[in-house]
Amino acid sequence: MRFSEQWLRTYVDPPLSTQALAEKLTMAGLEVEELEPAAPPFAGVVVGRIESIAPHPSADRLRVCSVDVGANEPLQIVCGAPNAAAGMFVPCALEGTRLPGDLTISRQTVRGVESRGMLCSARELGLSDDATGLLDLGPANAPGTDLRAALALDDTLFTLKLTPNRADCLSLVGIAREVAAVTGAPLSLPIVSPMSISSDANRALLVEDSIACPRFVARLIDGIDATAPTPAWIKQRLERSGIRAISAVVDITNYVMLELGQPLHAYDDRLLDGAVVVRFAREGETLTLLNGQVQRLDADMLLVCDERKPLGLAGIMGGEHSGIADDTKRVYLEGAFWNPVVIQGKMKRLGFISDAGHRFERGVDFAGCARAVERATQLIIEVCGGRAGPLTDRSGALPSRVPVRVRRERVNRLLGVTITEETIADTFTRLGFAYEKDGDDFIVTPPSYRFDLALEEDFIEEIVRLFGYDRIPATPAAHVQRMLASTESRRAPAAVKSRLVARDWQEVITFTFVSSETELLLAPNAAKNDGPIRVLNPIAAHLDVMRTTLLPGLLETLRTNVSRKATRVRIFECGRVFRHADPGYVQRIRIGGLAYGDAIPEQWGSPARRVDIFDIKADIEALAAPRHVTTAPDSLPWLHPGRSARVLIEGVSCGFLGELHPRLSPHFELAFSPIVFELDLEPLLATSVPMMTPVSKFPPVRRDMAIVVDEAVSAQAILDTLATVKPPYVDRIEPFDLYRGPRLSPGKKSLAILVLMQDTERTLTDADIDAAMRILVTALHDRFDATLRE
Amino acid sequence: MQANELDRIVTTALADFAQCDDPASLENAKARYLGKTGALTEQLKALSKLPAAERPAVGAAINDAKAKLEAALNARRASLADAKLGRALAAEALDVTLPGRGLGIGALHPLTRTLDRVETLFRSLGFEVADGPEIEDDFHNFTALNTPENHPARSMQDTFYVEGGMVLRTHTSPIQIRYMETHAPPIKIIAPGRVYRVDSDATHSPMFHQVEGLWIDHDVTFADLKSVLTEFLHRFFERDDIRIRFRPSFFPFTEPSAEVDMAFGAGDWLEIFGSGQVHPNVLRAVGLDPEAWQGFAFGMGPDRLAMLRYGVDDLRLFYENDLRFLAQFT
Repeated sequence: MRFSEQWLRTYVDPPLSTQALAEKLTMAGLEVEELEPAAPPFAGVVVGRIESIAPHPSADRLRVCSVDVGANEPLQIVCGAPNAAAGMFVPCALEGTRLPGDLTISRQTVRGVESRGMLCSARELGLSDDATGLLDLGPANAPGTDLRAALALDDTLFTLKLTPNRADCLSLVGIAREVAAVTGAPLSLPIVSPMSISSDANRALLVEDSIACPRFVARLIDGIDATAPTPAWIKQRLERSGIRAISAVVDITNYVMLELGQPLHAYDDRLLDGAVVVRFAREGETLTLLNGQVQRLDADMLLVCDERKPLGLAGIMGGEHSGIADDTKRVYLEGAFWNPVVIQGKMKRLGFISDAGHRFERGVDFAGCARAVERATQLIIEVCGGRAGPLTDRSGALPSRVPVRVRRERVNRLLGVTITEETIADTFTRLGFAYEKDGDDFIVTPPSYRFDLALEEDFIEEIVRLFGYDRIPATPAAHVQRMLASTESRRAPAAVKSRLVARDWQEVITFTFVSSETELLLAPNAAKNDGPIRVLNPIAAHLDVMRTTLLPGLLETLRTNVSRKATRVRIFECGRVFRHADPGYVQRIRIGGLAYGDAIPEQWGSPARRVDIFDIKADIEALAAPRHVTTAPDSLPWLHPGRSARVLIEGVSCGFLGELHPRLSPHFELAFSPIVFELDLEPLLATSVPMMTPVSKFPPVRRDMAIVVDEAVSAQAILDTLATVKPPYVDRIEPFDLYRGPRLSPGKKSLAILVLMQDTERTLTDADIDAAMRILVTALHDRFDATLRE
Repeated sequence: MQANELDRIVTTALADFAQCDDPASLENAKARYLGKTGALTEQLKALSKLPAAERPAVGAAINDAKAKLEAALNARRASLADAKLGRALAAEALDVTLPGRGLGIGALHPLTRTLDRVETLFRSLGFEVADGPEIEDDFHNFTALNTPENHPARSMQDTFYVEGGMVLRTHTSPIQIRYMETHAPPIKIIAPGRVYRVDSDATHSPMFHQVEGLWIDHDVTFADLKSVLTEFLHRFFERDDIRIRFRPSFFPFTEPSAEVDMAFGAGDWLEIFGSGQVHPNVLRAVGLDPEAWQGFAFGMGPDRLAMLRYGVDDLRLFYENDLRFLAQFT
C-alpha cells in the first residue's frame, strides 16, 4: 500500500515528523517499507507562462520563447520542445537552479541567441519518465508561483508492507483511523452525505446467492460527460499511490477505493441487458476481462451478469465489453461486499492480482458499501455532471460480529506483565471497539472493518500492540529447570561431521532439487517407480527433481571448483535424499563424500599419489569406529564396474563406495574419476557406551605368514575364514602386504598376513604359537587351496 | 718427599687427561699413570720397600691420588662421549621451519557452524533439538498452523509442490506440529532445517535454512519470548552494541505475533525472527487445551545470522560452495 503523506495528514495530523510517523506506524504493526520524496530536492523552478514564441534564426528545431515568470520583465528562453506554444503554463527553471542529474541552469547563448533559463519536461524535473515535451501545468497557478507549492511536491510517499490480516489499512481512511488510535491525534474523515435523487433511472437486481454476495449496492447516474478531465488533485493522489489515471469515472472509482477501501465498479449502462444478476458461472462460459485476458470460467467463480451475459468476475475484475467509454452517458455504479471465501484462491488460478480482489479476499468493510457509492456519485456528478438515480441496497447474510470475552487475568497471564483495566478500556476506545464490562472482563465487539478479531487472543494482541511491545520487560521468569538428557550411546550428527573435517574433508551444502538429466545419467535404468520425485513448479528447468543421492550436488560442486582451477577436492554433504515409497516418500538422511586428485596435499618429501578407494575406506572406518566396517563387491551403475563396493557396518548394508564410472567423468568436465561414497547417517550415529575388557599382562607374540591364492579369492573371504577358526588367544589378524608379479604363477596373488597372539592368563608357549599358525594355514589350504609362499 | 711426588703425578696426569681429544689417547694416558708400569702403579709397588710404620699413611695418600685420577678420567670420558654425540646430532640437524606433512584439515560449512552455535546456545537454556521431513503434507505445513487452503497468508510463502500432492516445507514450523503430536508438554525444542520457497535473488535462495523454536508450558509468556530471543542475540553476536526491537506482525500460527529486528549500533534494522505466542487454534489442532498450556514459537533465518556474523554479503555464496570461500571457516 503506497500513499501520499500529505493526503493522510488531511485526515489526521499528529505533531510528528515524517520519520517519527513512519516509526509509529512500524511499531504499531503497519511496517513502513519505504519512504520516498515525491520529487527530487530542487529549488528555483517556478510556473512560467509562454507569452509568445518565435522561430530560432539559425536552428530549425529550436524556438525562442518569451516567458512570464512573474517578474517585471519576461525572460527570453530558447526551447526545443515540440509542444511549446504561446499561452502554455510550464515549469521554468531559473538561472542558478540545480536540476536532478546535477544540471545547473545558467545564462547561455544558444546558437547566437541568449537564453535565460530552461523550460522543463517532467523527466528533467525527475517527476516522471515523460520526456515527450514540456510539462503542461494548466492555468491553475499564476506565473512565478514556486513549482513545489504549485504541484505540492514537498510530499513523502509511504509504502506499507501490510500483513494479510490488516486489509482495513488498505485505504487512507483506514490508515488514518490507525494513526489516530496510535497517536491520539484527532481524526477528521471526509463527510459523505447521501446525494439527492434527481433521476428515476433504475435497474432490477437479482442476487442468486446471498452468502457469496452478502451486500450489493448500486445506482445509475444518468447524463454524464465521460470525457470530462479528471481533476488534478485526484490524479495526483492516484499517481502518488501508484495508480495510473485513465478517465474521470474510472479514476473516481479508484480514488474512492484508495480513500475508503471499498472497491467499486462502473459499467456503461447501455451495454447491459435487463436485470443485473449475481450468480456463479455456468459450464463453458467465457469472459473477456478488462486486461484483455479471455477467461474460461469455472463453476465456483462468482459473476456479475446481465440477463444475457457475464459482465465481470465479481470482486476481481470487470469485463472488457461493459466498461466505460468516452461516449458513455449512463453509468451503473456497483459497490458490493463479496464473501472473502468466494474470492480467495481465484486470482491464483487466474494468474493475476487486482487491487479489488486483493481487498475483497482479505475482507472489506461491509458497513461502508453505500457510503462509498454515495461518495463516488458525488465526485462523478461534480466532475462529469449527471443525475443520480435511487440507490439499490440489497443485504443478505452479512458476516457476524460476535462479542468476545476478554479476561484481564488472561491478558496478563499470556503477556507476563500487568496491564491495568484502564489501559485495556482506553485501547478499545481508541480503536473504536464497542465493549461492555463484566466484572474484571471486557465483552468486546469487533468492528465491521476488521476481519482478524474473533478470539480473545486477537484482542490481547490489539492491547499489547497499542501498549507497546517495547514496554514488555525482557526479564527471564522463574521456571522449573530441567537438565537435558544426554544419550552417550548415540552420537550427534555434528560429531560425525567433525570426524570427517578432522580428516581433511570440507563440508558443502547443495540444493536438494537437482537436474532430472543428472539423475538419469547416474542411474539410466532406474525403474520408473524408483525414479526421482518431480518438483511440479521448479525454480529452474535444471532443478526439477528431488535428489535420490547426494552425488549430483557433489559432482556439480566438483565441476565448479575444478573449473576454478582446484586440483584436489575432498568434499562431503550431509542431508536428505528422497525416494518414492508406498505410500508416500522415504526421506533418509545420508552422508556422502567425493575425493578427487591427490591422496594428500602436494608437499615436500611425500611422493604424489592419486587418492583411491582404500584411502576413503579408512575415512569411513574412522567415521564408523568403534563399529566395524566391511566392503563387498557390488555393481552400481554410476560406479566403475570393477571398483564398486557396498559398505556394511556390523554386517548391515548402508551405502556405497567406489570410483565414479569413467563414462560419467566427461559429463562433469573431469580428466579422471573421483572416488565417491554415500552412507546412511543413522548407523553412524548409533554407537555404544564403552565397557572395559582387561588388558593382558603377558607378552604379545607376532608371527607373519605369506600365502598364495587365486586372484579371485577376496581378502575379506580369507579374513573371515581365519576369524572363524582362530584360537581365542589370537588377538589380531591383518594383511600387511599384497604381491602380484612374475615370481608367482599366473592368476595368483600373495597376501602377507600378520598374526598377533596374546593370552590374558598366561605366557604363550612355542607349542601354542605353532598350533595356532598350523590351524590358520590349514584352514586357508582347505578352503582356498592356499599355499605358503616360499 | 713422597707426598710431593704424588702431588706432582696427579697434577701432570690431570693436565695430560685434559689434553686428550679422543677416547684412545685418553686410555693411553690412563696407562701412563695407572697401567702396569704407570707412574702411580710404580709408587704403589714402592710401598713395600717403606718401613712398616710409614706404609699406612703413604698407602692412603696413594689411594687418594688414584681416586682423583679415576674421577678425572671418568669426567673426561663423559665429556668426550658428549662431544661425540653432539657432533653426530649436529650432523642430523633438520630445517625445522619446513612445513608439516600429511593430510590437511577440512571445515564445516559456515551454515553448519552457525547452526551448531545456535543449538549450543539454546541447549544451554534447556531446548532440545527436533527434526522433521522436508517433503511435507499440506496439513502440517499449513492447515494445522491455522493457514487453511486459499488463505491470503499462503501467498506470503510461495510454495514448491512435488508430485503426489505434497509440498516442500516452506518453513520449519511443521516440526512444531509433529513434535506436539507425539510429545506431551512441557515442550522446549528448537528444530533447524532446510526450507524451500519459490524465490531467487541476491537475498533469497529457493532453498535456505530456518530454526524453529517452541516452548510450551503452563506459564510461558510473551515476556519470556522477549527475554529468550534478546539474550540469544547478545550471546550469538557477542556484542554489546546490539539494538533489538519487537514489533507487531502477523503469522497465522501465533497471536500476538512479533517480528524481531536487530541493528548493530546505529545501523539499519534487519529482520531476524518471526515469533509470537502460539495461536490457540494451533494448540487445539494438536489436542492441547489453550487454557492449560501456553507458550511461544519463533522462526529465524540462520543464513542471515551467518551473513551478519561472518560478513558475507551475498546469500548465494553459501550454496555455490566455492572451496576458497568455504576454507575460510576452518
